[in-house]
Amino acid sequence: MPSQAEIYQKVSATLVDALNVEQEEIKPTSTLQGDLGAESIDFLDIVFRLEREFGIKIPRNELFPESIFQGDPEFVQNGKVTAKGLEELRQKMPFADLSGFEKNPELSAISDLFTVEMIAKYIEGKLQNKK
Amino acid sequence: MRWTWIDRFLKFESGKTARAIRNLSLAEDFFEQHLPGYPIMPACFILEGLAQTGGILVGEANDFKEKVVLAKITSAKFAREVVAGECLLYDTEIVTLRPEGASIAGKVYALPAGTIAEEPQGPPIAEAEIFFAHLDQSRSQQIFGEKNFVFSGELKNLLGLAKAQTQRTDSAP
Repeated sequence: MPSQAEIYQKVSATLVDALNVEQEEIKPTSTLQGDLGAESIDFLDIVFRLEREFGIKIPRNELFPESIFQGDPEFVQNGKVTAKGLEELRQKMPFADLSGFEKNPELSAISDLFTVEMIAKYIEGKLQNKK
Repeated sequence: MRWTWIDRFLKFESGKTARAIRNLSLAEDFFEQHLPGYPIMPACFILEGLAQTGGILVGEANDFKEKVVLAKITSAKFAREVVAGECLLYDTEIVTLRPEGASIAGKVYALPAGTIAEEPQGPPIAEAEIFFAHLDQSRSQQIFGEKNFVFSGELKNLLGLAKAQTQRTDSAP
């Protein structure tokens, strides 16, 4: 199994190709949409590339879940994610770092969870399970 | 009517590769304006031909059931300009094919005027990676209805034409 550093390297190379960004722009904490300018269709492209690069299968909605809360008032109230919503997030995206988001769980900030580090962590988990 | 950017398919391997050809005549409308006194093929049309070759390849892989739309051109490189009298050879290969979409890798070769060749010659004049999305089944049905407006006929007919021509060649004495 590749080391953490190798995984991160490959993930950032994938993002360079998919998003046409410079290697230097990519940092572990870079957000895909905010910092790297990814649009919705790019997420699918990234998934395709990661599958090829790492030889894994990424089921739909696993790495980048779409509309996690479906407007459910139990999960979101007044534009903020509720405690139950946070629990749902933890279950659906165990590879995401929620520590910053939990402090101010604005629904609009949810896209900031999608970082380079998050992808690397997801891949790491995937490769471990594959063994 | 559709603006078709390929003349015919030369090879077609379902779900894998497709090769199409496009002859360029100085009579093409675009040469008049692009550019006045210096007729070269607009690069976006070169890509459109590649996208049509690859798009039909992707569409056929699912029996033309999906609405295949060009989602993004991930990369495109051009080595030189293309002029009237040349013949473009479009080579495409499916890189990924999934329920949500597909990506293809394509190369374009320009054959010198007057050659009759069905194989690439020399280095490609353009290379691109194109990403197609399948329009979401349920959502697109609400908006566009049952009809598959992508493969309404003209694009699909190109394949039928290629098959008919192959049969004709095979049965020739």
